[in-house]
Amino acid sequence: MAQVFPSSMNTMARVSIVGGAILLNVLLGGAMAFYRSPFVTNVNVAKEQEVPFSHKHHVAGLGIDCRYCHTSVDTSPFAGIPPTETCMTCHSQVWTEAPILEPVRNSWDTGTPLVWNRVTDLPDFVYFNHSIHVNKGIGCTTCHGQVDQMPLMSKANTFHMAWCLQCHKSPEKFIRPKDQVYSVEWKPGSNQLDEGKKLVEEYGVRVEQLTNCSVCHR
Amino acid sequence: MNTYENTKNRLDLAAVREAMAGRTGREYWQSLEELAETPSFRGFMDREFPREASVMPDGVDRRAFMKVMGASLALAGLTACSRQPNEQIIPYVKPPVELVPGVPMYFATAMTSRGRAIGLLAENQMGRPSKLEGNPNHPASLGSTDIFSQASILSLYDPDRSTVARKLGSISTWDTFAKWIDILVNGEKLADGTKISQGLKDTSGAGIRILTETVTSPTLRSQLEQLQAGIPGLRWHQYEPGGSDSAVRAARLAFGQPVGIQYLFDKADVVLSLDSDFLAPTPENVRHTRDFTAKRRVTPEQHAVSRLYCAEGTPTLTGAMADHAVHVPPSQIEGIARAIARKLGVDAPGPEVDESRRKWVDAVAADLLQHAGTGIVLAGDSQPSLVHILAHRINEKLGNAGQTIVYTDAVEADPQAADQTESLKTLVRDMQDGKVELLIILGGNPVYYAPVDLDFAAALDKVAHRVHLGLYYDETAECCHWHLPEAHYLETWSDALTFDGTATVIQPLIAPLYNGKSAHELLAALAGQGNTGHTLVREYWKKRHGDLGFDAFWKTALAKGVVEGTALPPKDLKVRADLALSAPTPATEGALEVAFCFDSTIGDGRWANNGWLQELPKPLTKLTWDNAVIVGLPLAERLDLSIFDIVEVTVGGRKVQGQVWIQPGQPENLVTLSLGYGRTMACKVAAGAGYNAYSVRTSDKPWFAQGAELKRIGSGPEMARTEVHHLVRGQRLEAQTEHGRPLVRVGSVQEYVADPQLFAREDHLPPHEFSMFTSPTNEHQQQWGMTIDLNACTGCGVCMVACQAENNIPVVGKDQVRRGREMHWIRVDRYYQGDPAGDPRAVHQPVACVHCEKAPCEVVCPVGATVHSNEGLNDMIYNRCVGTRYCSNNCPYKVRRFNFLQYSDQKTPVKQMVYNPDVTVRSRGVMEKCTYCVQRINLARIAAKKEDRKVRDGEIITACQAACPAAAIAFGDITDASSQVAKNRTDLRNYTLLDDLNTRPRTTYMAKLRNPNPELEAIPTNGSSSKKPREH
Repeated sequence: MAQVFPSSMNTMARVSIVGGAILLNVLLGGAMAFYRSPFVTNVNVAKEQEVPFSHKHHVAGLGIDCRYCHTSVDTSPFAGIPPTETCMTCHSQVWTEAPILEPVRNSWDTGTPLVWNRVTDLPDFVYFNHSIHVNKGIGCTTCHGQVDQMPLMSKANTFHMAWCLQCHKSPEKFIRPKDQVYSVEWKPGSNQLDEGKKLVEEYGVRVEQLTNCSVCHR
Repeated sequence: MNTYENTKNRLDLAAVREAMAGRTGREYWQSLEELAETPSFRGFMDREFPREASVMPDGVDRRAFMKVMGASLALAGLTACSRQPNEQIIPYVKPPVELVPGVPMYFATAMTSRGRAIGLLAENQMGRPSKLEGNPNHPASLGSTDIFSQASILSLYDPDRSTVARKLGSISTWDTFAKWIDILVNGEKLADGTKISQGLKDTSGAGIRILTETVTSPTLRSQLEQLQAGIPGLRWHQYEPGGSDSAVRAARLAFGQPVGIQYLFDKADVVLSLDSDFLAPTPENVRHTRDFTAKRRVTPEQHAVSRLYCAEGTPTLTGAMADHAVHVPPSQIEGIARAIARKLGVDAPGPEVDESRRKWVDAVAADLLQHAGTGIVLAGDSQPSLVHILAHRINEKLGNAGQTIVYTDAVEADPQAADQTESLKTLVRDMQDGKVELLIILGGNPVYYAPVDLDFAAALDKVAHRVHLGLYYDETAECCHWHLPEAHYLETWSDALTFDGTATVIQPLIAPLYNGKSAHELLAALAGQGNTGHTLVREYWKKRHGDLGFDAFWKTALAKGVVEGTALPPKDLKVRADLALSAPTPATEGALEVAFCFDSTIGDGRWANNGWLQELPKPLTKLTWDNAVIVGLPLAERLDLSIFDIVEVTVGGRKVQGQVWIQPGQPENLVTLSLGYGRTMACKVAAGAGYNAYSVRTSDKPWFAQGAELKRIGSGPEMARTEVHHLVRGQRLEAQTEHGRPLVRVGSVQEYVADPQLFAREDHLPPHEFSMFTSPTNEHQQQWGMTIDLNACTGCGVCMVACQAENNIPVVGKDQVRRGREMHWIRVDRYYQGDPAGDPRAVHQPVACVHCEKAPCEVVCPVGATVHSNEGLNDMIYNRCVGTRYCSNNCPYKVRRFNFLQYSDQKTPVKQMVYNPDVTVRSRGVMEKCTYCVQRINLARIAAKKEDRKVRDGEIITACQAACPAAAIAFGDITDASSQVAKNRTDLRNYTLLDDLNTRPRTTYMAKLRNPNPELEAIPTNGSSSKKPREH
């Protein structure tokens, strides 16, 4: 019986084995890259809001502390989104005619709350608690990035579990002195690891506990 | 259900007898099906998840199944590719004072049961109540709850609640009604005040009737009094099926006035219950359970515990807790009461009791006499007033009155109306005579539950104007011209008294979801006022307290949940000396007797639409979603009945059909019908469940009637019962006899005192030190553990409901329960010991995940969805679980529950509101189990870490522990020697379930101790002698 395939098929077969493997890796890599791309993670993608609130203006420009608006960040799992009342403490006096603040004034007059699109949104099976983080020397900017440089708010990190675990496995890389938690200027120094280790010890952070599943999932 | 199931479930009673023959030891069994080895039982036993092959509906073959599964797998994979949906945050405009977003607030309020309050603390999550706990300040709660108050939060969010006012069945509004009733009652006036038409009031209002359930609310009482002052003809009637008419009549006869009776079980050495189920959900059961179990605690220093005797009809939880219970038809209790009274020198003529009961009667009388002044004799609501009078007489004679029993004035707002059957009879007579022009029914469902001989519905038809205020558009609503949605108690301002007279102001946790109104508001409308409930209640208390310092008083009352100083003072009452007892009721030998009881989980029917309570297994029968015709083994043998058979019960010429359940311990000539089921106008949950026992319940014989007939009609479908589910190796009779390690350990106080090593010795295997399992626990962390004291546990099941409320556990429905798929994280196993045809004993054992240190489930999970935390928790990570169910197969305790279908409701908006925001709502295909309330642990740990300290003992209270009225559950750090749980673990009663497996559970149990009377039960001199020799 004559050969069905020409001998060139040997090469083709070899190429397709290798090529197939490469293709598979490319596809897999592509999928992973896609999954990590801002298209999916929304990292650095500014969200549209009813009122184009600028953290850059309020934080860097005016120097308002995080806790002025996010009042429950050190006492509650939820940092708190300011009620219209908080906005009106200033804006009943300044920029009272500004058209971009119309929704705020409207909310105040009618009693209808403002609606914000959530920027940092963890999945529902993750139970994050702000208060324990800020009380143990994890600063706002560690997770939320340089909000003082964001005219419109966007996510600074993927908030993937692997990202959380970087710190939950080695908090010494990120921990800072408690008095620097709300600072937007603080940056880790060259001796962060040594300083961090001391702080981890001082603040009683039990690193081995931070990877218990039920610390975040329940 | 097909016939296959019927033959499969046919109970061979001869086999039961055979299995029991010759067994006298301490062997425990769970069901008659187990004793008879029915194929159905075998099926449950042999397969870890019963009947998994029948998941697909009939007609789906293997190939189709593979196609569907393949497609679902592919689609399930694709769903992971979706982008996260956008979520919104909606802040307040002006935030409420004191509210910290994300942190729940707690408010004191109260629920009423038969008018009486049980104080509660409601957890409020950003404006919605999500969980109820007991109020530690409240005398009827002391921090715990019963199943009804625990489950009542689900009724608040019941989507089947009545949502609109209806006039003749069409949608209307409250304002239209208020205007209508104002004109009808007060007459029509022009704007200038000229009257243009007469109202009912102008003719003295003789045609106005108000029908309520039992009322203790001081505000409602004052409103009614004011109304009656303005409209002299207005009459107020009270009726609910759970009224204590015979007790009220007895009090009037014995003391010449209605009384409130407090029983101090924590001071009683001997308690005799004459058909009184005081540990079951009566209004005071939480306090009774707390006090009773407090007097049952045995410590190395203290072993003088109380002894409970119980004479009852159908077995109850109280009977199961009794040291000596006898089961006789309820009509014979009177004879027993008379005999005991005679022995104690009370004049109570009557025939001698049966030979078989004489020894019991003698022993009880002797014991009561010996503990004169520290005993309690109490009679149940189902017993005639004569038995109550006998109890009063005995208590007086022995000097118990004033010591362990405290009399006060009656708590009810109108004690004269407390003979409710008479009250209802008068009303029905007036209705039939056409004297009633306007009937206002404030809550309740009399068309459904009024005694059948009164024919309430027909009488109602003769009333010109009928108004119904109710939570549901029910049987009564349908017969009325006007129906108004009632506000749930968590939506209203009101007040109520508890058993000792202490008042509680009921404050709302949320605005009415459906514009419901309270009885207060309806009465205000009747008076032509538009006052809100808040104003009415506040004004009442302002008047009572006075203006001076009222704001402070009001705030304190609301914050504490009790109004200080309102408890009624004790009264020194004597039974009238000239009171002659009526002649003994002649007993009819051999006649079949029928008894009525409230259903143990849905009460008189008002909880019928509550899925948590429908699915909660009834404490003894372990039936769910149904009521049964309960018969005993001897009767079943005589009439050749099997479980699930359909029978027809004829009482006084009226017939009702139901399915048979054979209850071990049920007396031969007694058939028990439980009330509350068989609704005709029921909403989704209650629809089609059970039969209506009210259809044969008459006003003259509300609790038991002789001369019943019972006829078998045929086989019936399988009922959903859980006693054959989640069976553990070693639970079974032969396994116990083989290895001699029962899962429940029970001894007597006397044995334990003589031999404290009694229970420790039952662990016949030395602990294995070697294990191939690694232990990830860490000595630097606190190590959580739990102990459950079987000596305290009454088996009420409130832990199951509390767990369900706390942990977002879904309701699965009758069909799924039948397949053994109930989702409760805690199950309460009930074991019987002894002859099912005699007076078997029952022991209850709550079992949830025991958090093994060497957990068999963890090593078999292919995806690491169940792993150990270094605090010793066996964590379950839902988002990792792919649903292989290997963990469940490998769990020796059978405590893992799988979401076979999408059980949790994630669509109906109002049902979302009951969910605990701190716990994941699980989806289909996910395994779940007890987490030791890890959300509460995390909360406490975070609070502690912020203050740089360890979690203190008692800081973490699990949901089941908080709810338990018996305080049977302890939780805490087992490495802290001063913690309660660590102390319990070193107690000699402490033991481990299936300890031979070396799983090292963190939940351990404490053996149960009975306190038998040596006169009635030979007590082994050496504790170990009664045990079988151990194999090694």
